[in-house]
Amino acid sequence: MAATLEWLKHPGLQHFLIVGGILFALGLYAVLTRKNGIMVLMGVELILNAANINFIAFSRYSARALDGQMFALFVIVLAAAEVAIALAIVLNIFQNFNTINIDEIDKLKE
Amino acid sequence: MTSDILITLSLLVWLLPLANFAVLIFFHRRIPRSGDWLATSVVFGTLILSFIILITKLTVYPEQVLQAVYRWVDFGNVPGFGRLSIEIGITIDNISAIMATVVCIVSSLVHLYSIGYMHGDIRYGRYYAYLGIFTFAMQGIVLTNNFLLLYISWELVGLSSYLLIGHWFEKKSASDAAKKAFIVNRFGDVGMFIGILILYATFHSFRFDTVFNGVRSGVLPFGSEAWLTAAGILLFCGAVGKSAQFPLHVWLPDAMEGPTPVSALIHAATMVAAGVYMVARTFPMMTADALLVITYIGTFTAFLAATIAIVQTDIKKVLAYSTVSQLGYMIMGLGTGAYTAGFFHLTTHAMFKAGLFLAAGSVIHAMQHSLQSLNDNQTDAQDIRNLGGLKEKMPITFYSFLMYTLAISGIPLTSGFLSKDEILAGTLVFGKMTGHTIIPIVAFFVAGLTAFYMFRLLILVFLGKHANEQRIEHIHESPAVMTIPLVVFAVLSFFIFFSFNPFNASSGWFEHAVERPEFVVPASVAAASTAQFEGVLHGMHTPAMLISLTVVLIGIALSFGTYYWKKINADALAQKFSWLYKFLYNKWYIDEIYEAIIVNGTKVFSRILGWIDSTIVDGVVNGVAKLTVGIAHGVQKTWKLQSLPAILYIIATALLSLYIGWEAMLLFIPDTSSVLIVIEYGILGLAVSALTFFLFYKGVGGFDTTIIDGVVNLVASVSGLLGLVVRRLQTGKVQTYILWVLFGVIIFFLWFS
Repeated sequence: MAATLEWLKHPGLQHFLIVGGILFALGLYAVLTRKNGIMVLMGVELILNAANINFIAFSRYSARALDGQMFALFVIVLAAAEVAIALAIVLNIFQNFNTINIDEIDKLKE
Repeated sequence: MTSDILITLSLLVWLLPLANFAVLIFFHRRIPRSGDWLATSVVFGTLILSFIILITKLTVYPEQVLQAVYRWVDFGNVPGFGRLSIEIGITIDNISAIMATVVCIVSSLVHLYSIGYMHGDIRYGRYYAYLGIFTFAMQGIVLTNNFLLLYISWELVGLSSYLLIGHWFEKKSASDAAKKAFIVNRFGDVGMFIGILILYATFHSFRFDTVFNGVRSGVLPFGSEAWLTAAGILLFCGAVGKSAQFPLHVWLPDAMEGPTPVSALIHAATMVAAGVYMVARTFPMMTADALLVITYIGTFTAFLAATIAIVQTDIKKVLAYSTVSQLGYMIMGLGTGAYTAGFFHLTTHAMFKAGLFLAAGSVIHAMQHSLQSLNDNQTDAQDIRNLGGLKEKMPITFYSFLMYTLAISGIPLTSGFLSKDEILAGTLVFGKMTGHTIIPIVAFFVAGLTAFYMFRLLILVFLGKHANEQRIEHIHESPAVMTIPLVVFAVLSFFIFFSFNPFNASSGWFEHAVERPEFVVPASVAAASTAQFEGVLHGMHTPAMLISLTVVLIGIALSFGTYYWKKINADALAQKFSWLYKFLYNKWYIDEIYEAIIVNGTKVFSRILGWIDSTIVDGVVNGVAKLTVGIAHGVQKTWKLQSLPAILYIIATALLSLYIGWEAMLLFIPDTSSVLIVIEYGILGLAVSALTFFLFYKGVGGFDTTIIDGVVNLVASVSGLLGLVVRRLQTGKVQTYILWVLFGVIIFFLWFS
C-alpha cells in the first residue's frame, strides 16, 4: 500500500502510458460495442487522444525537444477535421438509412 | 483559523458542486427522487462553508489576499519564448469571498425552489446535475487567480447555460435559444481570448497579480499604451457576451426558454454576473479610454433594454430586459470608476432579481396548473394580459414580488436604493470630471423607466382584475419549497444586511470590504484616481439621491396612472405612436438586422463555398473520370477488345515484338551512324516488330482461348471457392471488420515480440 502510494506520488512515464492505455482500451471498447454511430465516433476520439498522451509522454521523458507535442497538435487539428467530416457522413447515413444504428447498416455485404 | 484552512474550504465550495454533477449525471436513475435531496443538501453545505469563509476573511484577514498556487504544466525552456510554465490557483480576497457567498445563496435557494417547480419533469435528475456543473463553473470564475482558469470556467459556464436553456429541447424554440446563447457568447469570448493572449505574450503569466505588477512596473504589451487599452477592451468583449451588453445582448431574452429557476440562476448569480465580476477583477489594468468604452456600452445597454422592457407582454421577457438594463447599470458604474457601487449593485441585484424570477416562476406555475385543470392548451401562461388580480390568491408571492420591485426601483429602505444611489452618484462624478454629461442624464432617465416598467408588471400581474373568472378559481399559492426561497430573497432585499444606515452605505461593512483598487496603468492614460474620485463623490450623494427619488416617484406615479387608475390610456398612446411602439416591441429590430446581415451573410458565404465544391472541385474529379472512361471506350471501339486477358495478351505481344524489332535493328545496324542511317534501320526494326506482332496475333490466336483463358478461369474459380469461405466473415458490419483488424494487429504483435 505504502509503495503504491509512493508510486502514485511521483508521476513518471509509466503513469502517462497507463492512462493512455486505459483511454485507448476504453475507446476501442466503444468502437467495437456501441450501436450508435456517434458513440463509435466518440470512441475513435478517445483512441486519438490516447495516442496524443503517449506522444506527449514519450516526448517529455526523452530528449526530443517538442516533437511529440507538435504531433499531438497536428492530431488535434486533424481530429477536429475528422469529426466534421465524420458527422457529415453520419448525417448522410441517417438520410439514406433512416437510422444511425450501425448494426442495421450492412450494405457492405452486397 | 489559518489561511490554509480557508483555501481548503474554498476548494470544497468550488468542487463539491462538481461532485454533485458527477454523481447525478451517472447515477441519478439509481438514487431515490433522482438525487434532488443530495444536490440540494450539498449546495446548502457549500453555502455554510462560504459564510464561514466570508466571515473569517472579513474579520481575521480584512486586508490580505490569500492565494494558493499550483504549477500545472512546466514546458521548460521553449525556443523563441523563454520559460513556459503555467500556474493555476485560487485567490480569496474580499470580492471573491462576497461573490462566492452570493453564488451559494442563489444557487442553494434555486436548488430548493426547483424541487417544487420542476416536480415531475422528464429530465429531473439531469436538471440537478446541470445545476451542479453551472454552480461549479461560476465558482471557478469567482475563486480563480489567473486568466487561464477564468477562461476555462468561463467556457464551462457557457456550456452549462447551453444545457440548461435547452433543457426542454423537444421545443424548437428552446433548442434554438440554447444554440443562440452559445453562439452569441462565442463572439465575445474570441475577443476575450485574444485579450488574454496579448497579456500572456507580454507578461508570460496568466496570474492577475503578476500581470498587474508587470503593468505597474511599466511593462506594457508590445511596449505601447494603445495595446494595453486594446487588451482591456478585448477582455471586456467577453463580458459583453456573458453579461449581455449591447451588441451581444440578444441571447438573454431568448434564454427565457429555459426553466424559470434556471433563469433566476443565470440572471442573478451565474453567467451574467460573471461578466461584471470579470470587469471588476481586471479593473486596475483598465485605461481611461477602455473605461470610457465600457461606460458608454453600459449606459447604452441600460437605456436600450429599459425602453424595450416597457412594451413587452411576456412576464419573463420584461424581467429579462430589466436584467439587461441593470447589468448595463453595473457595467456603467464600473466604467465611471464607481467600482464599489458597481460591485455592490451586482450583489444586491442578485438577491432581488433571483427573487423576481422565482416569483414569476411561482405565478407561471400556478397559472399552468389552473390552465391544466381547465384543459386549456391555448392560453399563454406567461402573457401578462392573461394575468392580473393574483394578489389575494398568492399573498406570499405578491408581497415578496412587491419587495423586489421596490428594491429594483430604488425606493429607500431597500438594498437596491443603496447600490443604485451609489452608481448614480458615480455617474454624476464622471459627468463632472470628464464632461460626458450625457451619461448621468441617461442613467437617471433609465432609473425612472425601471420604476415605470417594474410597477407596470406588478400592477398587471397582481392588481386589478383577472382576465378570466374561471381561471382564477383554480389558482393557488405555491408549495412551501417555492415560497421559502421567495421570502428569504425578499428579506435579503432590505438595507439592513448591507449597511445600518438606510440612506448611505458608506458606513456599512460592504463598502469597507470592497474598496476600489488603485489603477496600475501609467498615469498618463489612467482615469481619475480613487482620491480624486472620492473627493468629488463626497458632495454628490445628496443630489443623486434627491434626483433619483424624484425620477423614480414620477415613474411609479405614471405607472399607477396608466395601469391602475387608467387615467392615461396606454392602448391609445400605442396607437398614436405606433411606429415607436412597434420599434420598441420588436426590440429595436436588432434580431432582424443580425438575421439579415450576419446569418444571411454566413449562409450566402457557405452557399458560395458549396458551389465551388460541387462545381469546380467535383467538376475536376468527374472530368478526370470521364476522360479516362472516354479513352477506354475509344480504345475498346478501335481494337474491338472484349476482355482484360486479351488486352494484356496484346500488350505483352506488342512489347515482345518491339523488343525483337529492336534486337534485329541492333544486329544489322553498321557502326557508322548518321541520322539518316539510324532512321532507315529504325524503320526496318519497326517493320520487323509489326511482322512479329502480326504473326503472334494471328497465328497464335488459339493460345489466347486455351491457355490464357484457362489460367484466368482457374484463378476465377479458385477465388470463387475462396469467396464462399470468406463470405461468412463478411457480415457487412463495420465493427466486425474492425475486430478482424484488431486480431490482425494482435497477431502481428505476438509475431514480432
